[in-house]
Amino acid sequence: MNRSPYISNAPSVGSIMFKVLLALVPGIAAYVWVYGGGILVTLILATITALIAEAAMLKLRKRPIQPFLMDYSAVLTAWLLALAIPPIAPWWLIVVGTFFAIVVAKHLYGGLGYNPFNPAMIGYAVLLISFPVLMTKWPAALQLAQTPLSFGDQLHLIFSGVLPQGVQIDAVTSATPLDYLKTQLMLKHEVGSITQAPVFGVLGGKGNEWVTGAYLLGGLYLWQQKIISWHLPTAFLAALAMISGVFWLVNPAHFASPLFHLFSGASMLCAFFIITDPVSGPTTPKGKLYFAAGVAVIAYLIRVYGGYPDGIAFAVIFMNICVPLIDAHTQPRVFGHEK
Amino acid sequence: MNTIVNIAKLFKSAKEIFPFHGGVHPPENKAQSTQLPIGQLPIPEKIVLPLRQHVGNIPKVKVSVGDYVLKGQLIAEAEGTVSAAIHASTSGIVSAVSDAIIPHPSGLPDRCITITPDGLDKWIEKTPQDWRNAERKSLVASLRLSGIVGLGGATFPTHIKLRADGKSGVHTLVINAAECEPYITCDDMLMRERADEIVKGITIAQYLLGAEKVIVGVEDNKPEAAAGLKSAISELNAQIQVKIVPTLYPSGDARRLVHLVLGTEIPYDKRSTEVGLQVFNVATVVALYRYFELGEPSISRIVSMTGNVQNPQNFEVLFGTPMLHLVQAAGGAKANTTHFIMGGPMMGFDLPTAEVPITKAANCIIAASPSLFAPPPPAMPCIRCARCADACPVNLQPQELYWFAKSDNFEKANDYKLFDCIECGACSYVCPSDIPLVQYYRYAKSEIIALDKAKEAADLARERNDFRLARIEREKQERAQKHAERAQAGKAEAAKTETGTKAEPKIDQSDEKLNTNNGLSSGADDAKKAAIAAAIERAKALKAAAKSESTSEATTEQKVKPKKSAPDDDDAKKALIAAAIERAKAQKAAALAAGNAPKNVADAAEPVKKEIEEIEARRQSVGLAEPKEAALNKETELIKPNNTDAAADKQALIAAAIARAKAQKAAADAAKSVQSDSKTEKE
Repeated sequence: MNRSPYISNAPSVGSIMFKVLLALVPGIAAYVWVYGGGILVTLILATITALIAEAAMLKLRKRPIQPFLMDYSAVLTAWLLALAIPPIAPWWLIVVGTFFAIVVAKHLYGGLGYNPFNPAMIGYAVLLISFPVLMTKWPAALQLAQTPLSFGDQLHLIFSGVLPQGVQIDAVTSATPLDYLKTQLMLKHEVGSITQAPVFGVLGGKGNEWVTGAYLLGGLYLWQQKIISWHLPTAFLAALAMISGVFWLVNPAHFASPLFHLFSGASMLCAFFIITDPVSGPTTPKGKLYFAAGVAVIAYLIRVYGGYPDGIAFAVIFMNICVPLIDAHTQPRVFGHEK
Repeated sequence: MNTIVNIAKLFKSAKEIFPFHGGVHPPENKAQSTQLPIGQLPIPEKIVLPLRQHVGNIPKVKVSVGDYVLKGQLIAEAEGTVSAAIHASTSGIVSAVSDAIIPHPSGLPDRCITITPDGLDKWIEKTPQDWRNAERKSLVASLRLSGIVGLGGATFPTHIKLRADGKSGVHTLVINAAECEPYITCDDMLMRERADEIVKGITIAQYLLGAEKVIVGVEDNKPEAAAGLKSAISELNAQIQVKIVPTLYPSGDARRLVHLVLGTEIPYDKRSTEVGLQVFNVATVVALYRYFELGEPSISRIVSMTGNVQNPQNFEVLFGTPMLHLVQAAGGAKANTTHFIMGGPMMGFDLPTAEVPITKAANCIIAASPSLFAPPPPAMPCIRCARCADACPVNLQPQELYWFAKSDNFEKANDYKLFDCIECGACSYVCPSDIPLVQYYRYAKSEIIALDKAKEAADLARERNDFRLARIEREKQERAQKHAERAQAGKAEAAKTETGTKAEPKIDQSDEKLNTNNGLSSGADDAKKAAIAAAIERAKALKAAAKSESTSEATTEQKVKPKKSAPDDDDAKKALIAAAIERAKAQKAAALAAGNAPKNVADAAEPVKKEIEEIEARRQSVGLAEPKEAALNKETELIKPNNTDAAADKQALIAAAIARAKAQKAAADAAKSVQSDSKTEKE
């Protein structure tokens, strides 16, 4: 019988996913430091929901439960979604989003390896469209908030929706820099004066830039571990810098700098953790460049001209649709063949 | 100044390595079997020599049971172009010519010659050749008797690779000493211990090919071997360059190695000789040395006996030695040994039983145990991580090929260059989902080949049927016409009878006249028919040529390049046959046109036709099984419609028989060449 090769040296799917979760830890730590511990609650809720939904779907689909639960792919989806939605949103928001991501976006399309769309981004898009108000109610960074919420307060807010006595919701939330920029630009203010507002930091949003910086760090770890290749993050960040740079050079009064775009919103999370989902992304090196650049350009256009402050999720979903096309047209030259 | 720069450049290019895409570096596990020198085995109690030890035709047995044979005596001779001879590996008595299990993945028994050694190990009279002063042509011709095949594992008969007779256009000879697979160390040990034989063998191969340049590619995990080789080269003052290539599987694949040492990418549809290159394995050149300088045919090889045995070691093993003999020599297999693998852990296969002989292809035997080779965990879904694509040395997209193979989308698999896959296993090696990717590719390849064959057969059957229907229709019309003419003649005759003249002779006369007329008119008709037939024939010949071209292309895709010479020959043969048939037909047509038409056509033809049809029906049934045969039969069939007299019919039958025989041979050759598969590449 011919069943070679007899040896293998591959990390399991589980160990790959585990490393990705590990790479998210610095970002989560920075998140807690900047916004408080509420995100941990959201993460736990998302994880539990994901595991239950995954197990239920595997059982319904008569698949082995244990190996698939242990591959951490559902947990990763849950974490990415949790990190993408406001950490003080009511508990059921993340539960609904995670449930939708796992059940519909993942399992109804065939489960691990078969989903054409990034499940976390589908979950995010569903929540954003269904609950726009909740989805845009971001907490202010603790250092900026009029009345910083303690972890207990956040816990209370998440589960009961009640704020501590005498605290108004506006006192704990704040427009995100991208949001603030958009509304102020509509009021015909200039970028230069807008970014003087306290919500802006050196690179992106005050406080938030630390979180994005930590994502970058985690991403570099993934690259060093050869979990991801350089193509996707580099192409994404380069394309985002390039398109925002062109607009910025043409009219710096109306368009924010490339640096701001790179360190705002979900840019870094997207570059290293979201578009690097192998299942819903392209596989060829050239295809990865096109895909990532496409996401960057669409996300930027939504940020600048669209109805939402950030456009990563829609950009990713749109480019997911293009993956078969991209793959088909970016096949590398096979050894011994002309192009 | 410039010269210095140029020399520096030359020096640099001499050192330069041209990496290929992908590759993997599995744990080498080579140290275990290089602790001891190459060992010699006692003569075993029996020698079992399978006839199928090489790529190509099975050789013809030249001995019978009871014969006494000497060591090195030819016991089976090469049959056809692609074939290799087999020699008795020790002296003794031929005790059986029968089927036995051979070391092949199929596990099927095949023809073997069994020799019971007499223990004297008595050689035939050795006839070394003064190759330096001999004509290349005769040297290569004598090589056909040597039994030498590629000992890197491909087992392609060497005399065909050397058929070049000096006008090959081969300018560079690459010697494959990479030995990239884990565990295998037979080439390593050969280089350490017999570097001088290698250098002498290389010199012979270089002379036979007329190559200007020789480069030996050695992986950098064999420093002792490379040093030994270098010192032998300088000792013998040979013009051979040794290039050290990085240890990266599969650098020992011929195309990869050529790229590594020369930067040349051999086009997928070309053989290395077409770009002026030839690749030989180190063990093969040693066999050349032994044959020409010592007069010893190919009767033994170095085999690595490693894995789960007490004392892993390399041994010089006589072909036909039972594998267990080798296992014992290495101290026996450890208790938890489950089975044996022939070849390396990346491309080897499970031996069907331990009761198999060592053959020319056996470079390594690994005793396997669950601790050495853990059974793979159940496959998970592909997550499209494309690690396989990063590892693929051919730069394929294994994840796409897997998808297409799994969904039986063979057309797409072909589009994505499935047949360029060398089945090296690098993709499976790195797959996080533990998918047995290579198995999917093997499956898809075999399915595509089978489908192609079935399609070819169906096309031929349809063509034949169309042609037959057209012929029947035409014959019907011809009969109707003749009836009409006859009726008219009858009327005319009736009119004549009325005039009162003598009936009998006149009828005869008019009959004769009629026949002549008939003959004349049918002569004109036949001329036209012949012209049409000739045109059809030409078209068919063109089509056949095109088809044979495309078949040879297909075979090329299957990586049978080195053996292409054989199909080429067959194609040439076929073309000759077709041409001959056409010529004969043209002559016949000319004769018919000249009015030499046979008389009483319709009457004489009826029984013959019936017979022809019977034969045809028989042929058709055979033809469906043997498409190539059908192709040739189809050509001979064209004779039949015009073939109205018995003599011509007989001729046609003979021609058909000859054609059939040839076609069978061609089919057999083609089948053989397909078998060789990608392994051929790994010379």
